Amino acid sequence: MKPIHLLGVIPFLGILGGIFIANRVTPYVLGMPFNLFWLVMWVVLISATMAVIYRLDPANREEQSS
Amino acid sequence: MIALAVIFAFLLAALGLGLRARRGRSMDLEQWSVGGRGFGTVFVFLLLAGEIYTTFTFLGASGWAYGKGAPAYYILCYASLAYVLSYWLLPAVWRYAKQHRLISQSDFFVAKFDSPLLGALVALVGVVAMVPYLVLQLKGMGIIVSVASDGRISSHWAIVIGTVALTLYVTISGIHGSAWTSVLKDVAILAVVLILGIYLPVHYFGGVGEMFHAVDKAHPQLLTLPSSGMSASWFASTVLLSAVGFYMWPHTFSAAYSAQNERVFRRNAIFMPLYQLILLFVFFAGFTAILVVPGLKGADADLSLLRITTATFPSWFVGIVGGAGLLTALVPGSLLLMTSATCLSKNVYRLARPHTSEQHIGRLAQLLVPALALISLYFTFNGGSSIVSLLLMGYALVTQLFPALLASLAPRQFVTKQGAAAGIVVGVTTVAVVTLSDVTVGSLLPGLPQAVKDLNVGIIALVLNIVVMVAVSAVTRTESPAPATTAALRPEPEATAGTG
Repeated sequence: MKPIHLLGVIPFLGILGGIFIANRVTPYVLGMPFNLFWLVMWVVLISATMAVIYRLDPANREEQSS
Repeated sequence: MIALAVIFAFLLAALGLGLRARRGRSMDLEQWSVGGRGFGTVFVFLLLAGEIYTTFTFLGASGWAYGKGAPAYYILCYASLAYVLSYWLLPAVWRYAKQHRLISQSDFFVAKFDSPLLGALVALVGVVAMVPYLVLQLKGMGIIVSVASDGRISSHWAIVIGTVALTLYVTISGIHGSAWTSVLKDVAILAVVLILGIYLPVHYFGGVGEMFHAVDKAHPQLLTLPSSGMSASWFASTVLLSAVGFYMWPHTFSAAYSAQNERVFRRNAIFMPLYQLILLFVFFAGFTAILVVPGLKGADADLSLLRITTATFPSWFVGIVGGAGLLTALVPGSLLLMTSATCLSKNVYRLARPHTSEQHIGRLAQLLVPALALISLYFTFNGGSSIVSLLLMGYALVTQLFPALLASLAPRQFVTKQGAAAGIVVGVTTVAVVTLSDVTVGSLLPGLPQAVKDLNVGIIALVLNIVVMVAVSAVTRTESPAPATTAALRPEPEATAGTG
């Protein structure tokens, strides 16, 4: 477990914890009620987070060069 | 009539692809059920994605949006979080599976805990959880074809024809059939969902935002999670439980074996969450249906997507929606069938008759496919209407395998086979009792704050599971201080294993 892997915890906080705060209809964002937008935003952020982890994880670099 | 012809064309195409996929391969069990471990990023992506977009998502997600509103958003979240876990979980599982040439999910437990008996337990839990899942796919298939064909084909006949096609190509092509049919299915479902999710709100309301405003005006409570019942704490606990259980389904677990290398999973963890966003358009279609085709109550909410489609589009397009829907039942259905058959043959039958040859096990697995299809067909026609509660029970059941699996991946194995088995048995029994008797956390402990009462009841089963697992492990460990580190996976001696 490297420090960079701890980034993986953030999406759980954003969705599981965030829903308690973000559970509301207004303001609408991109046509969606705020709670739906919040969750969609986190799904996109998960993808981004995993891309960052993938880039920085030495495990992937070793395999690529071999 | 046009709709029907289009649906039939989809069925033929799926069957053709499934049979073609077999070409040029000799089908031993490893080839049949894990594709010879040669699938790259794209195929693994499609296979794992193929299991997510099932009839349940297609009809269920729109049905939940229609009938329950905001709680449906949980479907968007749990798989995305499961992909985060997959970054670490799947490479570890894959590496071990490749080293030990594992085929089924139960093999993993057999090898890790050096206990074929535990493997059989895991196999049985898996099969019991998978049958209702399969029944759900068949029921969904019946609904889709009968509604899309305007009742010309009864749901019974649709189910029978679909099951025959499914059984044929699973028996013959194994996982290669599923992978190729997933390609067709994913293209079809992607197109259909995007078209429905964008066109319907624009056509009826002028846009997604206008549609949500109209829904909010007509049903002010629908767009937020309620303060009790399916509240934020229900949401968070359900998402967490489902995310943890996601890869515990035997078919999902063993589909991971089919990858070429472990980087496939890490890369997929980046793209799979984005693929989840397709669900957003399923929600849009479901919410639009609330005001366009009102009045569907209870389980009928699952019909909302199809009702609004037949009310809006010409016959040929209804056929395409129906055909795509048919594929969402076929692909996951085929994987479910194949995995159940492999588990039963390799981990249960093998235990009873340890000296059966590898080829015989492979042939038996193929023969079990039609048998399992018949059993599911029986439950589809004779089961009650509580299919969704059975599916949720299935999910809660497979989640009980997670603690033992996680413990087995630790560098030092603390959990013993007795501990793992006891935990699984206690967890599974709790799920069964709780589901059948309709208990909630609130009814067990009425004095607690609302947020605790609303927790998904599966949490209790998981906690009991872990407590028992740790306690029994602590006891059995002191009695037999030498844990098995060299895993003897195959129950029969090495000499007879050299048949492949």
